[in-house]
Parts: sequence; C-alpha cells; structure tokens
Amino acid sequence: MKILITQGHIIDPSQGIDGTGDIYIEGGKIKEIRVRNREQRTEGKEQRGKSKERRSGEEAREIQTIDARGLTVFPGFVDMHVHLREPGFEYKETIRTGTLAAIKGGFTTVCCMPNTNPVNDHASVTEFIMRKAAQEGYCAVLPIGAITKGQKGRELAEIGTMKHEGCIAFSDDGQPVMNSLMMRRALEYSKAFNVPVISHCEDLTLSEGGVMNEGLISVTRGLRGIPAEAEMIMVFRDILLAELTGGKLHIAHVSTEGSVDLVRYAKKRGIQVTAETCPHYFSLTEKAVEAYDANAKVNPPLRTERDIEAIKRGLQDGTIEVIATDHAPHHADEKLREFDQAPSGISGLETALGLSLRLVDEKVLTLPQLIEKMTLNPSKIMGIRAGTLNRGSDADIVIVDREKEYTVSPEQFASKGKNTPFSGWELRGLPVFTLSRGKLHEW
Amino acid sequence: MLNKKDLLGIKELSAEEITLILDTAGGFRDVLGRDIKKVPTLRGKTTVNLFFEPSTRTRTSFELAAKRLSTDVINFSVPTSSVVKGESLIDTALTVQALGADFIIIRHSSSGVPHLLAKKLRASVINAGDGINEHPTQALLDAFTIREKKGTIKGLHIAIVGDIAHSRVAKSNIYSLIKLGARVRLIGPPTLIPAEIADMNVKVFHKIEEGLKGADVLMTLRIQMERQDKGFFPSTEEYSKNWGLTPDRVALAKEDAIVMHPGPMNRGIEIVSEIADGPRSVILEQVTNGIAVRMAVMYLLSGYRR
Amino acid sequence: MLKELMNKKDIDRALTRIAHEIIEKNKGIKKLCLVGIQRGGVHLAGRISSKIRQIEKKVTPVGSLDIAFYRDDLNIRKEQPLVRRTEVPFEITDFKIILVDDVLFTGRSIRAAMDALTDLGRPAAIQLVVLIDRGHRELPIKADYVGKNIPTALSETVEVQLKEEGFEDRVILMKAAGEEEQGA
Repeated sequence: MKILITQGHIIDPSQGIDGTGDIYIEGGKIKEIRVRNREQRTEGKEQRGKSKERRSGEEAREIQTIDARGLTVFPGFVDMHVHLREPGFEYKETIRTGTLAAIKGGFTTVCCMPNTNPVNDHASVTEFIMRKAAQEGYCAVLPIGAITKGQKGRELAEIGTMKHEGCIAFSDDGQPVMNSLMMRRALEYSKAFNVPVISHCEDLTLSEGGVMNEGLISVTRGLRGIPAEAEMIMVFRDILLAELTGGKLHIAHVSTEGSVDLVRYAKKRGIQVTAETCPHYFSLTEKAVEAYDANAKVNPPLRTERDIEAIKRGLQDGTIEVIATDHAPHHADEKLREFDQAPSGISGLETALGLSLRLVDEKVLTLPQLIEKMTLNPSKIMGIRAGTLNRGSDADIVIVDREKEYTVSPEQFASKGKNTPFSGWELRGLPVFTLSRGKLHEW
Repeated sequence: MLNKKDLLGIKELSAEEITLILDTAGGFRDVLGRDIKKVPTLRGKTTVNLFFEPSTRTRTSFELAAKRLSTDVINFSVPTSSVVKGESLIDTALTVQALGADFIIIRHSSSGVPHLLAKKLRASVINAGDGINEHPTQALLDAFTIREKKGTIKGLHIAIVGDIAHSRVAKSNIYSLIKLGARVRLIGPPTLIPAEIADMNVKVFHKIEEGLKGADVLMTLRIQMERQDKGFFPSTEEYSKNWGLTPDRVALAKEDAIVMHPGPMNRGIEIVSEIADGPRSVILEQVTNGIAVRMAVMYLLSGYRR
Repeated sequence: MLKELMNKKDIDRALTRIAHEIIEKNKGIKKLCLVGIQRGGVHLAGRISSKIRQIEKKVTPVGSLDIAFYRDDLNIRKEQPLVRRTEVPFEITDFKIILVDDVLFTGRSIRAAMDALTDLGRPAAIQLVVLIDRGHRELPIKADYVGKNIPTALSETVEVQLKEEGFEDRVILMKAAGEEEQGA
C-alpha cells in the first residue's frame, strides 16, 4: 500500500518541522517527507527525485492520495499512560477496543499499565499482552511492567526478564510503592536495564478513604477528602530517592501545584526526573464532582483552579514534559454505584486531543510545543522509536482537522469505557485520518 | 409551595422553603396532640423505608409520620456488607419503585446516594441520612424545636459541640441555622472540625468554655467510639473531660438556654445525665417534633407537579 | 370585570342577622361553639362571636379549622394548599358546632371540614354559616345561615375581602376576561 499525503500542515517536533508539505508512505514506513515552506528536508535530493520518478510512472494509480489541504499532520501521538484492562477486566476494555479508541483519538503508540488480572508482573503476562496486541491491536502496544510482584510493594518483580519480553518501563500504577526502601531498590535496580520507574504518587495513609480533593467542597458534599499533600509527600520522597540512587524517575499524573513546584525544584538540582499530567487535570476542577457524578471521580482527584493554573505553568516552562491520558475505562454499571464505591478513572483517549488543543487556544503552549508533549517527549522518556515522522520510521501519522467542532458524546466512543466527565462538552479539533503502522483509518 | 420532588439536603433549600416546612409542621404538630393522631391526607400512597444502614429511631419516626398521613408503609432493609455484593443500588431502588412506592425514604452510608437515586426515580426521595453529608429532617426538627422554644431562630447563638467532620446532623444544622439567621459556633477538637468549615460563616472554638459562653442553644453530637481508633482523639475519657456537656459548662450559657441532642446519647461521654434529664433538655421533644416535621416534608413533596 | 356584591355595611348587617338567627334557632348559646374555616371563615367566626356576646353578654368559644389535610383534591390541584393551624382549644364532643365559612360553592370544603371536626371529637350537631352561597353544589350540603345568595356562573370568582387580611370589607364578583365577551 502506498499513500501520499499532500499539502498538509506538518508538525514534527522531532525534526523541527512546522510547515506545509507532503509525506509519502510505502510498506508501512515513511519513505519521504518534504516540507515546502521552510527548507526543512530530511532526505537528500537524489532519493526524493528517485521516488518522484517512480510515482510518476504506471504505479501512480496504486497510490492513494490524501489531500491534506487545510488539515494538520502530526506524528501519531504516544500515550505513555493507559489502562487497557486486558487480561482480567475485559468487560471494561480489551486490547482491541482500547487500541481502536487510541487511533480514533490520534494515538498510535500506547503504553499500558500493569494493573490487570493477573498483574503484569511476570514475563508470561507481558508475552500475553504482546501477542494479543500483535493479533488484535490497532496500534503499537508497549507494556509497562509492575515494579513489585502483584503490585503489593513487598518483592521486586522480575524487571530484567520482563524488559526482555517487551516491557519498556515499570510502575505499580494504581498503587504507590509505599515502602521507601522498596522504591529505593526499584530505582537502583532498574538502572541496570536503563528503564524508567513511573511513580503513582499517593501516600495511602493520608489519602485513606478519600474520594475527592480535600477542601470546602469535600466538606459540604460529605465526601472524604484527599489532601494535595498525599501526592506531594510522595513526589518529594521519590525525587529524593531518585537523587540518592540516580535512577530514572517519572512522575505520573501530576495534579497539584505543590507537585509541579517540587518537580521544578528537582530539575533545577539536576535530578533525573520527568513528569506527566493528564487533560482532566488542566481542564476540570473538583467542582465537577459536586453533584456526585462518579464520572469525574479519578485518582489523584480533580483539584482547584489554582492547581490548574500551576499545571499550565508547569507545561509552559517544561517542568511537565508529557501529556498522557491515564485512560481508565470502567463499565457503566460500576460508575453508577455509590460515589465512594465507584472506581476511579476517566476514559480519556478520545477526548485528549480536543482538550489539549485548548491549551493552544489559550496560548499556554504553541501547537508544536503541545505536539512535542504528546509525541517526542514520551518517546524519549520511554526510550522508544515513536512519535516521529522521520524517514524510515513506522508510518504512524495522525491528520487532524483543527477547525472541526464537535460535542463529546460517550456513546460514540470506540472505547468500552464511556466514563467521561466531558460528555456534552464542545471541543474543536478532531482526527480525520489515522495511519497506524501504514494502515489508513478514516474517521 | 415547595414544588420539589425530593428532599435531598438543606443545602438545596432556601430560607423561605425551610420556613414553609416548619410552618407546615406546626399543623401536623397539632394533629399529633389529638386523640386521633391520623389524617387522611395521603391515603392511597405508599411509602418505602429503604434503609441501607440500620437505624431504629429515624426509621420508626418516618414510619409513624407516613402512617399518620394514611400512607401504606413498607420497611425495606438492605444489609450492606461490602463482602456480600448482591443487587446494585439502582436495581434495588428501581425494584422498590416498581412495588408502587410514591415516597422512598433513603438512608445510606455513602454520601450522595439519595441524589444519585433521585435522578433515576419518579418517586419522591427523602434523604434520611447519607454518609457524612446530610440528615435534613433532623436539622428541620431541630429548627422546629428551637423555634418553638425561642420564638425565632434569627440572631440566636447556637453552639454545636462534637464531631462536626463526620456528622451529617451537624452539617444539615449548620446550613439550616445559618440560612435562618442564627450565629453558629462549632466546638470540638481540631481533628473533628475541618479547617475549611471556617469559610462557612461559623465560629470555631476548641475550648468548650469559650464556645458556650452566652449561647442560647447547646447542641451536642453523639461521639462515635471508633473515631478513637483512627486517632481523632486519644480516649473517650479525655474527650469527655474536654468537650463533654456538664452542669458547670452549661451554666456558662444563657440562663434560658436549651440543650439538644439528636440521639442516641452516650451518657457520661458527650453529655452527663444531669444535663440530659435536666430542665433545659428538650431532647424528648425533639423526638416528637421529628414526626411532625417528617409529615410536613412528605405532605409538601406530594404537592410536586411535573 | 369586577362587581361589588356586598359592601362593609352589608356584611356587618348580614353578620348581625346571622348572630340573631343562631341564638334564636338554638334557643340561646348553651353548649354552642364557633369554628371558622381557615382563612376567611376564622375572621367571620370571630365577628359573629363578638356580636353574640353583645346580645347574650356571654362568651362563646371560637376555634379555627384548617382543612388542607382533609381535602379530596390534593392530587389534582395546581397549587398545593398552605397548611394553617387548627386551633380548637376546647372539647367539642356533645357541643353544637357553628361552622363558619366565607363562600359556599361545591360543598367539598364543608365535607372536608366535617371530616376534620369529627376527628377532633363527636359534636352533638354541626350547623353551617356562610357569608355567600354562590350555588353549584356538588355534594348534598346546605347552609343553615346565609348572608347572601348570589347566582353565579362557573367561570366567575367570588372573593370575600376582609379588613383582618388588610382589605376594605367587601365581597366582589370577578368574571373571566374571555367570558365577558361571550356573555355580551
């Protein structure tokens, strides 16, 4: 299959591309990229000429051409934090439905967290996920292995073996590693395999029983609060441990002003730490749960206006280098339960782009800066070849209509998880085509 | 006219609506004083007490209120062991509605359950206590009792002593008393009074003597023994020593101050017997007024027109 | 359109006559009490009571009765009736009750009032006073003492305005705007 994308506005932070041009795809790989406006070409004239010649021949009719005038072309997004729920919770999501939701949302690489059943704490589970993804996945699935066996925080999982089987990072996400010594060991041991340790920062003793942000609203709604300090304490602990060990630390789902400040401080000190936030942490405040809407229940919880502002500043100054979705699909019945018993999480893959583009409208980020946080940066942190339109790389491309206005309607999600607090929101910017490893999907 | 389908909390009511409920309760209070304590007002209607948390007092009070309005009453108790996971909440509620319930009185240990169900049900939902959120009819009966004793609530100094953080009774009372113009003081250890509550136009005292000085109404809350295990206070003895309602402390309040307790009391812990049984205590009147207030709520909700 | 049916004087004269009729019919005021239906009836009962006192130099007990709990139209009314106090602070068993209302129309309020009264005790008899009888009865109910009989159309409204409620004493008849033209 040969595909030619013509006259789209191409943005690829990995090559510093921001201009109108064409991309030619053959055999599932990017063969050629040519940008007209600016002289940013990635290949020699000779090669370009060759392929041009070939295209002008008889085969031209076999080439599918996508007229991308008025559209924006990005590297397929990389989501370093999703829950695909398989194995074990197929009623919430499967690798098939989760990856379909991914490509619909513009993502072509997803890194799936290990809190499945069984937990991905063993190479056999990793192997299962890799096989399943190869058979049914619509995009690249890269598993994240558990730090500790069963995510119980007591014994290290076989990080090395799982890395060989395909795990690219390690995390007990969903749970923190409460034991500081265990976290220290994880950061130390992981250095041998050069893999990042992703920390879900939550002091469970402080957050115990909590279901939303602690503040006046938690008091007036009678919901137990989780103080921002429950996150900050662990962010700081892990920063100190990263400094102590020299391990690669990545802070998942930053939700509070204090955490942003701590990460900024750590970077200033030269500590190896990276951080991500999620669209809901810069789009919604704790007010979203006022009416006991469990679709807005998420962990860490939605915070305050002040936290949103701090997160935006953190995104702007590079303290937070990644926007991930923390896509956490749940069954509708589960979210219809008592608020304090409903599971936490937001189905995020299909709203991430629209919500994140608001940052560009608000002038928090430029479009290339935003795309960098959704492509290049997560790839760098995870040490993977993705999120680029480099010649020779997989044809993972998303073509977006920036002006397309739409209303979020969860019924239309490809994900099994319809749990979103953004239902009914008016957003702008939607993928119209996604190429995942060269395969074209039109929306 | 209230024109509401449900009574979910005092938060959702205006001062006028609260006053309407109290005025209406006056009419029902008269009925309760007669030989024939029953009126035909809601005959043909069905009330279901859907209690996910055991409570004999509140359930009995609602049951009597419903019966004195001539509705048929069914008690539907659901044991909610988190281990035994049976029917979902919504299914249970829909089943109860399908039985023909016009009023569903809900008590649940999770905050927000009445709000969740009210959206799904045609029947009127009355919150009989949800988690640590609200217990609106208790606050209404307290306001009714205070008004009966003091003539008005406006301008009164009302002290609430105890576990404000975990008390739905305290929350509902704070909302209603502030709306009705009282000056509310909260008294208790800092571990049991959320710091954010100071933003709600209340005065917080950690020394009970300071808080009771010159108060018109003293309301003390039941202290839950299990709070001790969670480190909210070291022992019931120490709690009692610092925040128990004793004659010496009550003497600091106004001479005609009344003493209230939502029950059930832990005698000797948050209140000593001399006070509970003393002349200032209106604790048993609160119980009687509870029926009148609940009748008023049911009557007013029955006036809801879609 | 608005038409005055009775003025202050007319009302006063009618009540004076009714007071005399009550005494005459009951051969005095022994074991007699007045109960007014909330709200207009309560004021009228008070006025009749003072007239009786002027004549007999004795006090008849007066109570007020709220019939909201006994209405048969709670489910169909557009507006739920406000609940007012019932204050009958005396024993009614074996007493003759003079029930007082402002306007007698379908008779349903009186039915509710009689039910309410019998829940309070077992009166020896109930007699009915109304200031206005406008006809259109739906139940077999008849007043014993009537201030004024006024034939009305169903679309019309009769309103008794009393100074206790902040008005000038008068009774008015209001026609629905549309009806007026039809009639003409």
